Amino acid sequence: MSGLREDLAIIQQWVKPNSQVLDLGCGEGTLLRYLQDSKNVRGYGLEIDDDKITACIRNGVNVIEQNLDNGLSNFRDSSIDTVIMTQALQAVQRPDLLLDEMLRIGKEAIVTFPNFGYWRTRFYLMLKGRMPMSETLPYNWYDTPNIHMCTFRDFEVLCRGKGIRILNKTVVDDQHKEHWRMQVWPAMLGEIAVYHITRR
Amino acid sequence: MPDVIPHDSVGLVSPRTQHFDEPLTLRSGRVLPQYDLVYETYGELNADCSNAILICHALSGDHHAAGYHSMDDKKPGWWDSCIGPGKPIDTRRFYVVALNNLGGCAGSTGPTSINPETGEVYGPEFPIVAVRDWVQSQARLADALGIQQWAAVVGGSLGGMQVLRWSIQYPDRVKHAVVIASAPKLSAQNIAFNEVARQAIAKDPDFHDGWYHKHGTIPKSGLMQARMLGHLTYLSDDAMREKFGRELREGKLNFSFAPEFEVESYLHYQGEKFSTRFDANTYMLMTKALDYFDPARDYDNDLVKCLSQSKCDFLVISFTTDWRFAPERSLEIVNALTHADKNVSYACIESTNGHDAFLLPIPRYLNLFHAYMERVATSCNLPEVSA
Repeated sequence: MSGLREDLAIIQQWVKPNSQVLDLGCGEGTLLRYLQDSKNVRGYGLEIDDDKITACIRNGVNVIEQNLDNGLSNFRDSSIDTVIMTQALQAVQRPDLLLDEMLRIGKEAIVTFPNFGYWRTRFYLMLKGRMPMSETLPYNWYDTPNIHMCTFRDFEVLCRGKGIRILNKTVVDDQHKEHWRMQVWPAMLGEIAVYHITRR
Repeated sequence: MPDVIPHDSVGLVSPRTQHFDEPLTLRSGRVLPQYDLVYETYGELNADCSNAILICHALSGDHHAAGYHSMDDKKPGWWDSCIGPGKPIDTRRFYVVALNNLGGCAGSTGPTSINPETGEVYGPEFPIVAVRDWVQSQARLADALGIQQWAAVVGGSLGGMQVLRWSIQYPDRVKHAVVIASAPKLSAQNIAFNEVARQAIAKDPDFHDGWYHKHGTIPKSGLMQARMLGHLTYLSDDAMREKFGRELREGKLNFSFAPEFEVESYLHYQGEKFSTRFDANTYMLMTKALDYFDPARDYDNDLVKCLSQSKCDFLVISFTTDWRFAPERSLEIVNALTHADKNVSYACIESTNGHDAFLLPIPRYLNLFHAYMERVATSCNLPEVSA
């Protein structure tokens, strides 16, 4: 793949130069490396996969082996400018508690997750009567790591309940590309949600 | 004994000795008027002296970290799994320095050396050295070798403590710090184990308050017990179950107190081997250095404040079944470093081998360590090696 994935390209617009970032479930460190090089951002990635941790080290980013389900109590309040979590919210034990933690540590947070209200998903369930599978969600109901699927509206209701303010939001398709059509009716036409949130 | 030297070995190596005439004032206030450090080097120092790696040894280690002294050697140096051409610390790119610490018994000045003031062996009168004293003496060795800044200082266990000390004592002289299976200070449990080991030695009738050489004895049984206890703390329950289970040497119970279980004879063997090669006074000293290590003490007991002094990047590694320096102890270091806004990476390696794992060729460990050392090489602008 050439260049940066589109959702990562969107995220980077919301990260301030020279700031400090924590990337939860940082994978091979692609985003952190990009932010380091293009915005002089400092930061850490948290990851639990052995090979991805080694890849991060090869990639020249700081990576800390840590399971997000065990909490983030090792990071101090407001110690990070932006806490980022791409495509991991739906896979953690308690997304609501992790969201609280992200906004305790971070002044701002950026979250991306697959939209279960995407029209194809809705039609899949309606027409086939089975749990939806797609390129974004390729797993069976019994072996999926995505244990907490939600829709845009679900997420926004959660944010409202917690007094979390949404600074920016956008949607991308499964190729992680933005398209005007999706922005017209994001809850139905957007496949992946990208939210920029804060408690302030 | 190797019939042929393996291709990824540093090959045959010989130790060298550096003499120092400048007195060294120790943490205790006592002064070593002069001393020798014995060391080995592997690889070539480059023209701008930017590719040097310092290896810090653990409790019973020495300067012989890699390669063979002769074709008759049964085993290579203690960290041969990690040092050599193509290994994590690749000697085609790096110049590696490994030394025997002050107070040791493998050639550097220690309790078995002659005290110039009395003309007799130091014995128990050798001053108690602290980790910071070792680091200061290592810095003088670096000066003598023309090394202004280490590309990396690397060590496991007590070696990792020296690495931490380097990072705050000489922040401008360390580019990368690799701290493996270590801790920012000992726990009460760790100190207790050391004290039991020291008591075993001190209460051995052959110890003679440390003057055993004068009596022509060695406190063999004390050393054996100390080593057996130490060895227990290096292994995990899992590792011992895997290695020995409840296997009996003769396949049946003999209803005697001689060693019957395999694990007993293994411990006896390890203790026996150790008691003939290691000096008891050195063992007492080294365990004291471990107990005293607590760099945060000088910074209001605040490890964050302490490690804020450092300027290097860190790699911290722990092992799942290490209960002597458990992963939580490594995390104390990692958390202090993130709070101090330092560059740090951390991995906890799955292993059944307990504390000993840091010496073993565990694939994930070697890959990760190798990847980090490549990063060290890149940050020092070292040329690539052709495969």
